[in-house]
Amino acid sequence: MRRIWLMAGMAMIASVGLARAGEVRIACYSDGNECEATETLSADFMKANPDIKITIDKMPFKSIQESLPVQLAAGQGPDIVRTTDFGPIMKYTLDLTPYLKDTKYWEDNYGGTLGWMRKDASDKGIYGLMTQLTISAPLVNKTLFDQAGVAVPKQGATWDDWAAAVKKVKEATKINAGMAWDRSGARFAGPALSMGAKYFAADGSPAVVDDGFKAMASRYLKWAEDGTVDKDVWVAAGGGYRDAFAEFANGKIAMYLSGSWQLTRLEKQIGDGFEWVVGAAPCGPGGCTGMPGGAGFVALKNAKNPADVAKFLDYLAQEKVYADWMVMTSNVPANVTLQKKGLPYKLSKAGTAAIQAFGQNAATLTPLAYKLQGDVMSRPMFNAVVDRVSQAMSGQITLDQAYARITSDVADAVAASKK
Amino acid sequence: MNPIATLFAFLMNLPERPMRWAQSVLKGGRLGWVFVAPNLAVFALFTFLPIAFDIHYAVTGGVNLMPGDRPYVGGENFGSLLDCSNHFDANSCRRDLFWHGVWNTLRFVVFQVGLMLGFSLLTAIVLNKKIIGRSFFRAAFFYPVLLSPVVVALIWKWILQREGLLNATMIGSGFQPVNWLLDQNWAFVWSVAVSIWAHMGFYTLILLAGLQAIPAEINEASQMDATPPWRHFRRITLPLLMPNVMVVLVLGLIRAVQVFDEVYVLTGGGPGSATTFVVQYIYKTGFADQVRQYGLAASASLLLAGVLLVLTLVQMKGSKRG
Repeated sequence: MRRIWLMAGMAMIASVGLARAGEVRIACYSDGNECEATETLSADFMKANPDIKITIDKMPFKSIQESLPVQLAAGQGPDIVRTTDFGPIMKYTLDLTPYLKDTKYWEDNYGGTLGWMRKDASDKGIYGLMTQLTISAPLVNKTLFDQAGVAVPKQGATWDDWAAAVKKVKEATKINAGMAWDRSGARFAGPALSMGAKYFAADGSPAVVDDGFKAMASRYLKWAEDGTVDKDVWVAAGGGYRDAFAEFANGKIAMYLSGSWQLTRLEKQIGDGFEWVVGAAPCGPGGCTGMPGGAGFVALKNAKNPADVAKFLDYLAQEKVYADWMVMTSNVPANVTLQKKGLPYKLSKAGTAAIQAFGQNAATLTPLAYKLQGDVMSRPMFNAVVDRVSQAMSGQITLDQAYARITSDVADAVAASKK
Repeated sequence: MNPIATLFAFLMNLPERPMRWAQSVLKGGRLGWVFVAPNLAVFALFTFLPIAFDIHYAVTGGVNLMPGDRPYVGGENFGSLLDCSNHFDANSCRRDLFWHGVWNTLRFVVFQVGLMLGFSLLTAIVLNKKIIGRSFFRAAFFYPVLLSPVVVALIWKWILQREGLLNATMIGSGFQPVNWLLDQNWAFVWSVAVSIWAHMGFYTLILLAGLQAIPAEINEASQMDATPPWRHFRRITLPLLMPNVMVVLVLGLIRAVQVFDEVYVLTGGGPGSATTFVVQYIYKTGFADQVRQYGLAASASLLLAGVLLVLTLVQMKGSKRG
């Protein structure tokens, strides 16, 4: 009798193990409808692979950013995560190379962004798939420009040209401010790079403050003081990221420095409420660059079924599936073949023009912008810039003190991460 | 006998034998430890163990989370936090945001606790009188206490933001709007005001209970002697209310030192770091920054714990004296 009970118990444990054998859990956040689109595609995948179950746990971006590294350090967490922040989770990522049938396909089509998930230049692993490529760019309320009788600055216009133009619009239309930038170090980096900032020393170590950076930071503060830039977005927000979409959607600013990930919101929330266009990246001595970026599905080392994880990501990476995915989410593809071919987006006339403009802006991104985005210390650099520049904007410290603090904050972060 | 009653009696008698056995084995005072053991176990698991971890993190460095992976750095984290050329000027400190947090917290404690005590006392005295709609006002003053701190902060954010209710009212009344959360001083003032609004009801209740506990005959005797109201308050009400005032003062102080949630949602610690308090610094350093310096966060939390310990000792001493 005892033996029968023992065998029954073992069978139960084995059956639970089998039930979990093919499960892949994904922690997902959405900018627009990315998680929902992935769910649609995963249903097709599960039909073709009935032994694999894909479970998508939707959560806020902040949860992923703040809780995931702690979960992973404790040996917990999902099998795949959608994130924009690859640095803090790099030591927990899973190399998919042994499980992929055709790594050449991945290198040929996604090679440009695979490096963002790698530890260093010697690392040849494949750790995930970019779910979108993003490009920061100026979003313009053309209706306000037209009302003010001011022409939207064209390709080749400098930051000073843009500042002068939006200030004229502000004065003519009595809006809150000429322009607003998301409260984000990555957003600030585009203009700073255009003004000639290098962000790295000759030996490759982080060195944020230089003449180019100072040129943009001093302008930004001056613009905030005279109302060219909406100070509220950076100063009243306190800590962390804050976007200025509400200000733009409500017609309170003439230009909004954000990026391609806002396309779904632009379509849905503004629609034809006013005429909006994507402008060309403003220029400076360092070029006419925005910042590249994006979110990706990253495979994690503690995945119980790494082969299934790789199989699902490989499925999403295939050209046809990936194309459907990008059309569903109105995102710019990271797949270079699709970038060349173009995609049949189901967008409004403004949306179609916008995605073309984002593509044109991608062509002017500088190599330094790609390097900065992919560097493991980029986030500490971005955070230090946001914290200290907003302190200077609020009058709590001088700009020179802010420069010194940015340098010491980044040095502290580098030292702590080396211990 | 009712079968349910029989079953109940049986269940109640079940522990008798083991208890008698325990009494015979343990004897005397040692049996008390058996009773408090479950509570002590919970206390050890959720209070002492985290304190031990906190101390471990405070004396270790790096960004690794697992205690075993962290290198020993001794007092380096404390040294880093306390490294200032002038402690009264946060900008002269190596960890300036920590010191901004310290001084902001101190200012907040002085203004929030002082004003809240005054307003609570005033409100309790008014609500203790026979006024029209007394029950309604008692409920109205207590209502914010029932709200979640996040809800409180969001309500006030809608009121205070640039296009908020307050500015709309001001514009409607012909005044210029004020960007309340963009100005350092206004943001701090509103942080204090919102916190007072949210918590005053609780402290008012404690003081009201104290006022109602003052024997009626003392008040009557004072009236018969025609004692002036201010003298009555100073010489009779206040001394008799002192134990309650002490409770309000210490509870308010402890809560004010720990301030975080409401202000974090209302201002995010801004503008700049004008409303960044010590607890927000700890949270940001340990959990929100990309390079997580758990050691620094743990050291800062131990320093905060030290301050709270001193406040608690003051309260205990005050209570004994009372």
